[in-house]
Amino acid sequence: MKLNRLLGTAALAAGLYGTTVSGVQAADLEFYFPVGVNAPAVETIQEMVDAWDEAHPEHTVKAVYAGNYEETTTKALTAAQAGNAPDVAVLLAIDIFTLVEEDVVAPFSQMATSEEDKAWMDSFIKGFTVDTVFGGETYSIPFQRSTPIFYYNKDAFREAGLDPEKAPESWAEMIEIGKKLVKKDDAGNVVQWGTRVPNLGLAGLWLLGGMVYSMDGTLTTDSGTEVQFNTDATLSAISFLKSLAEEGIMQPGGVTWGDTPKAFIEGNTASMWTSSGNLAFVNDNAEFEWGTAFLPGGNHPGASLGGGNFYIFKDTSDDEKAAALDLVKFMTSPENAAKWAISTGYVATSEAAWETAAIKDYTAQLPQALVARDQLPYAYREVATFQRKRVAQIMADALEAIIAEGADPKASLANAQSEVDKILADYN
Amino acid sequence: MNKPLGISRAIALLGVPLVLLITFTHYPLLQSVVSSFWSKGTKIRPSKFIGLDNYAKLFDDPVLAKVMWNSLIYAAVTIPVTVALSIAMALLVNSKLPGRALMRLSFFLPTMLPMIAVANLWLFVYVPGYGLIAQVMIWLGLPDINFLGSSETALWAMMVVAVWKEAGLFMIFYLAALQSIPQNLKEAAVLEGAGKARVFRDIVWPLLAPTTVFVAINAMLNAFRVIDHVVAMTNGGPNNASALLLFYIYQVAFGFRDFPYGATLTVLLAGILGLFAIVQFKLLDRRTHYQ
Repeated sequence: MKLNRLLGTAALAAGLYGTTVSGVQAADLEFYFPVGVNAPAVETIQEMVDAWDEAHPEHTVKAVYAGNYEETTTKALTAAQAGNAPDVAVLLAIDIFTLVEEDVVAPFSQMATSEEDKAWMDSFIKGFTVDTVFGGETYSIPFQRSTPIFYYNKDAFREAGLDPEKAPESWAEMIEIGKKLVKKDDAGNVVQWGTRVPNLGLAGLWLLGGMVYSMDGTLTTDSGTEVQFNTDATLSAISFLKSLAEEGIMQPGGVTWGDTPKAFIEGNTASMWTSSGNLAFVNDNAEFEWGTAFLPGGNHPGASLGGGNFYIFKDTSDDEKAAALDLVKFMTSPENAAKWAISTGYVATSEAAWETAAIKDYTAQLPQALVARDQLPYAYREVATFQRKRVAQIMADALEAIIAEGADPKASLANAQSEVDKILADYN
Repeated sequence: MNKPLGISRAIALLGVPLVLLITFTHYPLLQSVVSSFWSKGTKIRPSKFIGLDNYAKLFDDPVLAKVMWNSLIYAAVTIPVTVALSIAMALLVNSKLPGRALMRLSFFLPTMLPMIAVANLWLFVYVPGYGLIAQVMIWLGLPDINFLGSSETALWAMMVVAVWKEAGLFMIFYLAALQSIPQNLKEAAVLEGAGKARVFRDIVWPLLAPTTVFVAINAMLNAFRVIDHVVAMTNGGPNNASALLLFYIYQVAFGFRDFPYGATLTVLLAGILGLFAIVQFKLLDRRTHYQ
């Protein structure tokens, strides 16, 4: 670190004497990142960071794996409050309100001001940039983004006499096709369910958000201060979700997120709704022919977006900010975005990344991966507000009460709505 | 024969543990009490002094009511069951049955595993459809149970895991205690015509009392202190059905970032544990014979 400072000073001195044109100051960057998938993500990040480091001998960068999303956010905020903020971090896109409220991040829109920079910021797929903006400023750059898609077992479709190239598009079709996919043993116990939609916890809420969006509603608005939970759109989504269990298509009660890919692989369910991040897992483990499709929707397809973006922290020098900006540009370049998507299953974030040779090879081998990109026009940000965790927890609790305890949907939604309104009243 | 210690050396010897105790126990607790009088603050909305508002909120928090109730059931069930099971296992492996060493090992094995590993193991046991229990149920022609996905069963499923994990450790303490019970007491009782049940009730059980005090206190601490399995298996759900007090504190402080309310809940937890400890020592001590 010291050596780099010295080198930086030397470079500056040299610059003053006019012997070099390098105007860049040395920066020591600290970069926090989380891992939320079953993939060699740490190695890939390290590889990409090392490549940047090599290309910029005047700078150093230390990539710090900081746990899951929640832990990484906690660590970054704690470090920032102790005056030791990381320079750059990948944190949940929807943590933007928390980070703004804690006043720890610097907007990209004020750092990346050249024409070239603006073109770069415009190069990301529109759906992903919705949750980067607050109060007219862009605070983050899309990086590791995911969206749920519909996975189905083509062999099971054939066995049930269904067309394996035709996945259900609407909720009504899901129920009709789902019924045909259910298989029972002699004792009447189900050995293969029609589908599996996780409905517990924040993952359950993530999927519910997409269903609501397919009914032309949104659970939260762009302002971060408004929740629209107690609506007809939410009620129809919940009644569809409940009908899956009532019609015997899905395991009754709570359906966990974590067991879902395994249940699909084991043949316990003929289809599932889960993240595009599971493509690699399913591809490696499925012993049957499988396909992917848009999530079945109400009025039209609909899905939530999830995942993390790059943030640059406020409490760093201008030189460090400039270096951090350069690092973020490098990490999100089409080649690196493609590399990242291929090794992890995240959805590449720019059109240019989808045009690279690497990703074309990948989708030629795994055409199922294209569905996540094609579904993006029907996808919208997940639940995001100020006090996000508390607000989302209240909403997830209400969903769980309806699913696992048979609580009345209308009353539960109304109750949760009034609780979150109380919390957000401070912000309006 | 013991020379009195010089005052300076005494201070030095007491000082080290005192510093540790103050740094890691007393100061944080005091700090919790202090911050419980403040409101949640962010850089944009600084924390304000709100007196006892956080304490008033305790009575108006439906999640806390549920969590307290869960913790109460959890402690009331897991403590006696763990004690009973660990005595039963200790008696079993203390007898002269064949395969004793294997039995000791298998009873003790769960204790050696980290709780996260245990939780992952049990996730597979409980998962509906293709989990261990589900496969047995299907084979028997019985309907499947969604243990972790229904509010009626989630907490009980957690308790089974906790008992399974802890009974083995306490078995070791009981085993040691059993082996220190003089054989002649039992023989004398048998000569007097006492049956096995009578020997256990009047000789073994009273002599195990100091161990029982120790085990009961530890089991109680663990009932409030160990939440890894809740985090790994249900995250408190469905609808807080399996959330315990310490889990809720973690959620409020680090999830919701409401540190002052988290501190208030911590004060509540410390109060409850302190109270239990006093009651246990007073009550049990009086009826316990130390050898």
